[in-house]
Amino acid sequence: MERNLMIAGFGGQGVMTMGKLLAEATSESTDLQVSFFPSYGAAMRGGTANCYVVISDDEIGAPVSNNLDDLVVMNGPSLRKFLPNLKPGGNLFINSTIVDRAEVKRDDIRVIEAPVTQMALDIKNERALNVLMLGVYVAVTDAVPEDVIIKGIEHKFEAKPHLIAPNVDAFKMGIEVGLKEKAK
Amino acid sequence: MSERVFMKGCEAIAEAATRAGCRFFAGYPITPQNEIPEYFARRMPEVGGVFVQGESEVASVNMLYGAASTGTRAMSSSSSCGISLYSEGVSYMNAARIPAVYVNVQRGGPGIGAIQPAQQDYLQATKASGNGGFRMLVLAPATVQECVDMTYRAFDLAAKYQNPVLVLTDGVMGTMMEPVELPPMKSDEELAELKAAYHYRAVVGHPLGEAVFCRPGGIGGGWEEINKETVKMYETWDSEVEYEEFMMDDAEIVLAAYGISARISRYVVKALRKEGIKAGMIRPIKVSPFPYEAFDKLDFDRVKGILNVEMSIPAQMKWDIEYAVHGRCPIAESLRSGGELLTNDQVLAAARALAKEVL
Repeated sequence: MERNLMIAGFGGQGVMTMGKLLAEATSESTDLQVSFFPSYGAAMRGGTANCYVVISDDEIGAPVSNNLDDLVVMNGPSLRKFLPNLKPGGNLFINSTIVDRAEVKRDDIRVIEAPVTQMALDIKNERALNVLMLGVYVAVTDAVPEDVIIKGIEHKFEAKPHLIAPNVDAFKMGIEVGLKEKAK
Repeated sequence: MSERVFMKGCEAIAEAATRAGCRFFAGYPITPQNEIPEYFARRMPEVGGVFVQGESEVASVNMLYGAASTGTRAMSSSSSCGISLYSEGVSYMNAARIPAVYVNVQRGGPGIGAIQPAQQDYLQATKASGNGGFRMLVLAPATVQECVDMTYRAFDLAAKYQNPVLVLTDGVMGTMMEPVELPPMKSDEELAELKAAYHYRAVVGHPLGEAVFCRPGGIGGGWEEINKETVKMYETWDSEVEYEEFMMDDAEIVLAAYGISARISRYVVKALRKEGIKAGMIRPIKVSPFPYEAFDKLDFDRVKGILNVEMSIPAQMKWDIEYAVHGRCPIAESLRSGGELLTNDQVLAAARALAKEVL
C-alpha cells in the first residue's frame, strides 16, 4: 500500500519542514519505505513552494505523482495549481484561515478544513502552523502512528530542547482537529 | 552495517566517497548537485582532506587530475552543461589513466537546459565523454542507497583499472531523500596501503619515470601502442557488465531503463503483474559497458515488445537496445525531457498500450 502526499504553500509556511519531518520520522521509527522530494528552481517571493512525500510498505517508484492520495494546501495559489492532481476519493487538507472552501470546485474528494494560521496565532506560535497541519494529517489518514511524529519532533529539536514541548503541543492540537474532521 | 539514516542523494554520495577514502574534492557550483560540494566543504576538514571550490569547471577537473595523480583518492562532481566543460580534462585523465571518480547529476538539456532533473547525457556518458575514443566504467544508481554503494565502489574500480570512473545519476536522485545504510569508514592505515600500492605510478616527488600518472600516454611507447594497451583493458570488461533482470522468467513485455527510470519501471512491472500482464524489466546497473547480452539472449518467441523508459527526448539508451535486439521485436518509448519528470502513471499507461498492441 503506497500513499502519495503533496504539501504546498507560500515559501516561509514551513511546507518543506513539514514534509521532511513526516518523512524523516517515518524513516527513523518505522520499517516503511519513504521518500521526500522537494521542488526546487526559480522561486518567486510570495510564490508557491512544495514537496512530495511517498510512504509505502513496498519499494517506491517515482517520488513524485500527478495522481495524489493526499494534498495539503496552505494557500490559495497552491489550491488552484495542484487540485487537479488529487485523485478522486483523495483527501484535500486546506488551511481554512486563508484558503476559501468555496474555491474547491470538486465534489469527488474529501475536504478537511483546518484553520492552522489562526490556530498558530491563538497559541502565540506563528511558526507552528506546519506542525498543526501535520497533526491534522496524521489523525485523518493514519499514515503513521502519532508517536512516530512525536519522536521525530524530539529528535529534530534535540539541540533546542525548549522547542520540543511547544511543537508537541501544537501537533497534538492538530490531532484533535483532525479527529473531529474525521468524525464528520 | 550501521543504522538507517535519512539522507539526500547528493549528501549520501559525498559521505560514501568520504568513507571510501576520498580526501580531495574540487568542484564548481551548479544545480542540482550543489549539496555535493557543500557537504564536502564541511566534511573534508574533519577527515584531514582538502576541499577546493574551483574558479570554473575546467579548473576543477584539472585539479582532480592533479590530485588523483598523487594516488590520493579524489573526486569531482557537476551537472550536464558543467560536465560538458569537463570533457577536455576527462579525456586527458583517460589518456593518462588516472584513477579519478566524478559524478554527473544530470539536468535538462541540451545547452544550459533546465535545472530540473533529466537523463539527457546518456550517449555522452557512455560513448564519448571527451575526444579520442576512450571508454570508462559508468555506474547508474536507481536509489539513494545505490548512490552510496556505487560511489563507494567507484573508487575501488578506478584503482583496479587505473582509469577514471563516472557515476551517472540525475537531479531526482540527487535531491530526493531516502533511508540509507552507510558503509564502513576506511581507516587511515587502509588508505595508506591503497596509496602505496600505486606508488610506482604516482606523482609523489620522486623522479618521474615512464609510467607516471600525469604524463598522458606515459604507460608505453607511441600513441598507437598506448591505445592498443588500453583496448586490452577494455577487453577484460566483459566481467564488468552488470545488469538486473527483474521478473524476467516469463516476461512477454520488457521495460528497459536505468537510474530514476528503472525505479519507476520496477513499480510499473509490479502493477502490470497485478493486472495479469507478464511484464519484466532489464536494468543496466552499469550503462558502460552496456549489457547487450541481456537483450541479445531474450527469447523473442515469448518477448513481444520492449518499452524503453528514459527521461530523454529523443531516446538515447534505445540505440544500445536496438543494436542488441536487431529488429527482432518492436521497441516502444516512454520519455520526458527538459526537466519534466516521468511518473508511475505515464509509464504504466505506455506499458499497457504496448501490451494491448503486441500481446
